[in-house]
Amino acid sequence: MSNEENHKEIKQLLRQAVSPVKNAELQRDLWPQMLRRLDQQPLSVPWFDWALAAILGAVLFFFPGTIPALLYHL
Amino acid sequence: MELLERFAAGDLEAFEVLFRQHQKELYAWIVRIVRDSGIAEDLTVEAFWRIYRARARFEPAGNFRAWARRIATNVAFDHLRRAPRETELPEDLPGAAGRDPAVSSETRRLIRQAFCELPAKYRLVATLALIEEEPYNIIAEAVGISTALVKIRVFRAVRMLRKKLNSLGLEVAAK
Repeated sequence: MSNEENHKEIKQLLRQAVSPVKNAELQRDLWPQMLRRLDQQPLSVPWFDWALAAILGAVLFFFPGTIPALLYHL
Repeated sequence: MELLERFAAGDLEAFEVLFRQHQKELYAWIVRIVRDSGIAEDLTVEAFWRIYRARARFEPAGNFRAWARRIATNVAFDHLRRAPRETELPEDLPGAAGRDPAVSSETRRLIRQAFCELPAKYRLVATLALIEEEPYNIIAEAVGISTALVKIRVFRAVRMLRKKLNSLGLEVAAK
């Protein structure tokens, strides 16, 4: 069986199992949901992330020799 | 000032006009990828949220439709990556095309299972190319890759799917 025939066979099988969606209609206006999303506060960064960043910054500042090691492992 | 310029400048009314003009089309695109109407609604809102946040990077002389579709495709792709692979695809969506009664429901279940196990980037292009029969150039534009790479991913998806189906006991002839 050629590549193309094989491709067609798989495609036919797939389309039997997972039907194409030809006419999916949006059932409602999503603008009210969009407005709620826009009103949400932007996600805040947890305090421990700031703490980790501060510790990392301090380590790099006081022990600059660790910078190549850090870059190597990134 | 033109609508797209107002949008890029952060005008909420211009964004609402664009939202109402494009929500149905973006929803229809996303639902074809994720195949769940409820999830597609949430992802449509998420896509527009990202569009609004990225408004300053939009070039008003550019193609808003193509830009929005690309963002929507990224949102849907993120969903495919996050969703567990064993998540079952729904049997059928409203608007789904008919199917051959000669193919047993067990066979269909196995095919859906094998398809769900494909890595997200292959599942994305395979859904659009093989199931929805979108032209390769449209897929390439939406995914942000070359047409040649789309073809390669479809080819690899077919190969992986054939192997998975054979391992599940479904005989699909190799080349």
